[in-house]
Amino acid sequence: MSMSENWINVCEPSDLVDNSGVCALIDDVQVAIFKICHGDEQHLYAMSNWDPIGKANVMYRGLVGSVMDEPFVASPLYKQRYKLTSGECVDDESIQIAVYPARIVDQQVQLQIVN
Amino acid sequence: MTTNEQLTRIVVVGNGMVGHHFVEQLIQQSEEVYGKSHFHITVLSAEPRLAYDRVHLSEYFSGKTADELSLTSAEHYQQLGVNFQVNARVNDIDKQAKTVAIESGETLSYDKLILATGSFPFVPPIPGNDQPHCLVYRTIEDLEAISASAKVSKVGVVVGGGLLGLEAANALKQAGLKTHVVEFAPQLMAVQVDVSGGRVLKDKIEELGVEVHTQKATQSIETGEHSRYKMVFADGEILETDMILFSAGIRPQDKLAREFGIAIGERGGIVVDDHCLTSDPDIYAIGECALWNNFIFGLVAPGYTMARAAASNIVGGDVAFEGADMSTKLKLMGVEVGSIGDAHAREHGALTYTYEDQVSGVYKKIVVNPETNKLTGSVLVGDTSDYDTLLQYALNEIDLPEFPESLILPSFGEGAPTLGADALPDTATICSCHNVTKGDIVASLDGGACDLAAVKSCTKASTGCGGCAALLKSVTDSELEKRGVEVKKDICEHFAYSRQELFHMVKVGQIKTFDELLEKHGTGLGCEICKPAAASILASIWNDFILEKPHVTLQDTNDTYLANMQKNGTYSVVPRIAGGEITPDKLIVLGQVAKKYNLYTKVTGGQRIDLFGARVEQLPLIWEELIDAGFETGHAYAKSLRTVKSCVGSTWCRYGVQDSVGQAIDIENRYKGLRSPHKLKIGVSGCTRECAEAQSKDIGIIATENGWNLYVCGNGGMKPRHADLFATDLDTETLIKYIDRVLMFYVRTADRLQRTSVWMENMEGGLDYLKDVVINDSLGLAAELEQQMQHVVDSYQCEWKSAISAQESRKRFRQFVNSEKTDSNIIFVEERNQIRPATENEVNNMLGTAKPVAETASTINIVEVE
Repeated sequence: MSMSENWINVCEPSDLVDNSGVCALIDDVQVAIFKICHGDEQHLYAMSNWDPIGKANVMYRGLVGSVMDEPFVASPLYKQRYKLTSGECVDDESIQIAVYPARIVDQQVQLQIVN
Repeated sequence: MTTNEQLTRIVVVGNGMVGHHFVEQLIQQSEEVYGKSHFHITVLSAEPRLAYDRVHLSEYFSGKTADELSLTSAEHYQQLGVNFQVNARVNDIDKQAKTVAIESGETLSYDKLILATGSFPFVPPIPGNDQPHCLVYRTIEDLEAISASAKVSKVGVVVGGGLLGLEAANALKQAGLKTHVVEFAPQLMAVQVDVSGGRVLKDKIEELGVEVHTQKATQSIETGEHSRYKMVFADGEILETDMILFSAGIRPQDKLAREFGIAIGERGGIVVDDHCLTSDPDIYAIGECALWNNFIFGLVAPGYTMARAAASNIVGGDVAFEGADMSTKLKLMGVEVGSIGDAHAREHGALTYTYEDQVSGVYKKIVVNPETNKLTGSVLVGDTSDYDTLLQYALNEIDLPEFPESLILPSFGEGAPTLGADALPDTATICSCHNVTKGDIVASLDGGACDLAAVKSCTKASTGCGGCAALLKSVTDSELEKRGVEVKKDICEHFAYSRQELFHMVKVGQIKTFDELLEKHGTGLGCEICKPAAASILASIWNDFILEKPHVTLQDTNDTYLANMQKNGTYSVVPRIAGGEITPDKLIVLGQVAKKYNLYTKVTGGQRIDLFGARVEQLPLIWEELIDAGFETGHAYAKSLRTVKSCVGSTWCRYGVQDSVGQAIDIENRYKGLRSPHKLKIGVSGCTRECAEAQSKDIGIIATENGWNLYVCGNGGMKPRHADLFATDLDTETLIKYIDRVLMFYVRTADRLQRTSVWMENMEGGLDYLKDVVINDSLGLAAELEQQMQHVVDSYQCEWKSAISAQESRKRFRQFVNSEKTDSNIIFVEERNQIRPATENEVNNMLGTAKPVAETASTINIVEVE
């Protein structure tokens, strides 16, 4: 089972902003991509750009931070926090945003979008 | 099924605010007593929907939807295990068999029956009152009918000048009708307000364009000559109108009780005892349908208390209903009205103190006992800022100060004595939604709660409307400090310091970036609390461009994109219009830009023009044009100086004594861009008539014959506060010096998101201390504060100018890194010849699905913005 074929090139690493998000359009899907830097560590996270509470495509413009060492992004509209790892809403357990695998390979930011 | 049989069956007739509150109370109290739900609850709503907020009904006209007004939902009731039916009107009660029947024919058994049927509007028996466009104001369906009628009407009349009537008038006015209020009594709000107060209220409401006709008895409603109808009054006068709204009081909805042999009061209402039990031992009545001690309580708070009492009686508790305080504070069409206790001074030997200011339309009266040491009542019109303090005096029978009139006289210098947390007795109600007293808070602290969050979760205080949050915090903090607990002022989990401490660290440690601050003094990645706070501190001290790489990711979205995000993810743009002065050429540019990008335009409260509906990628293009025309950023997105509002001043005005516009422009240009713990507003008035409303600003400046009077620490908003007089007859140089010092001292020492008013009130020594620091330089800081301000002034740059000239920061303003397409979910429709965001329903209708799709089919009235 080779997942690697499903990786899509999205943009270059220089398009990303440290400790912040950008948004990519893949077919009709808007994906927010976050790059988190802490000391020497770097992590890439991707989740749907749709804010399920604010009902607008804005997640990439949210502020990122950590709560109990768990990285999150806060909706720029109503400030609910979502875990970058799982998309779970920290402030309302019943809500979750879709997350996608993301990585940097060969100077390309890649995402894996599974239906 | 078998489990249901073991549960007590509760049937609640009526799902208004009180009926709904009963359901919540019963479940909650049941869990407290039995550890689980002990009841099988069925709710029957005669209306086509579940409970909604009737108190804020008029907001339906300012755009709130029925959904937004709702207090519960089908899912919520399902989660709670509550059965419910809407459109379910009960038409039979069998007390022996203990069943109720609904119109559909279905019969339900109960162990306990709760009647929460509310009230219905009283329509005076006037011939012609049953014609089309003669309506009432109580349910969402009524509002829908009013709304439909308003669309085909030009003039509207509200019959009834009470509290509800004036709210209804407001609704008609908002719907764009020429509005009249017709009242039978000689004055408005005769229940809550005395004659003089009623007169001031009438003047204020007429100023707003609503015509008030008092002492008018309507005799008939006939076909009109210019309008749909004409109302004929007993004195022979007539009033032409297209629609009529009856709001002449309420009557208890006691029909069921009346028909099925439950005791009714002489003038209606279901008779209940202190447990809200009716004459039948298994039937309760609560809310506006219930008559307690021969009195109907037409407010929601007593209804809630009844709900609590009935629920308590059912679970075997001892909460009783012992009457309720009918004091009220409200804002009708922007006019503040307050009424406490014996407002009409009817008690034996009652004495009154009265203050009236005809210039600004303020009326205040307090009623005291013959010994003049206790407050028994009050009427406030035009300014209710004293309401909370007066109410505490009345409810807790606190001894009045030596000169009781000082409580309502405007404060010049010294200010009225305010009641601190310590002055309140244990019986003082802090949270009226959940009925929490100061004693309850003290008990929760004694019981082990050790911070505000614990007090909240243990007492539920401040979890209702939240209006008591500040009072709760001050009571809790003061009690904690008494216990020797150090009140923790940590800003968040990443920094164990207060904002003031962080400010000091940044300054002394010469820290220039958030990363450096985090590395030296913090932990983790930061969060939505500490990051913007640090950004604000860094900007106040070093004033670097906020979109420079180390700072950009610290900002909330508004600061990052230098614009204000609106509900659909687009932004609004507010260029600075210093002092509200603008040339025709610049006005034309704003119009041209708005037209080119199809932006919605609105004049703001701060004398500027707001352009709405800009997509993120349009922002730099829009600003390029604005900057070319000489505009600069207005900082509407920032916690910083917003506007300096001015009246036209001595240059044009017959009464002006100084050039307030010139002064406002200079001041705005001096402090623009100053980052602060919260937004800052300033006002400059050219004479004592105060047309710029400077006393509602953080810094207020009012011209005198000899110079300028300086006021500090006022604000508008949710909890308005008048600014305090700080110094008089200053020359401009001294004025600026004092403002420099006050503002920089605030920037350095205030907590995050603390406005100047709260900052000063929490300062030990308050206004006098601040005067000492600023005027007498008691801390020896004055020169440093001025120097620091001068640095901010000298290093000012227009953030938008910097943003569009730097490629790196410009890159941030795009929706997609990999596509030039635009966000297809941003859809506008047209209203009053401008765009507005499509509602969720409209979007779904257009797209045929809840999820946004790539390209939108254009529909006739969709305006797809380029």
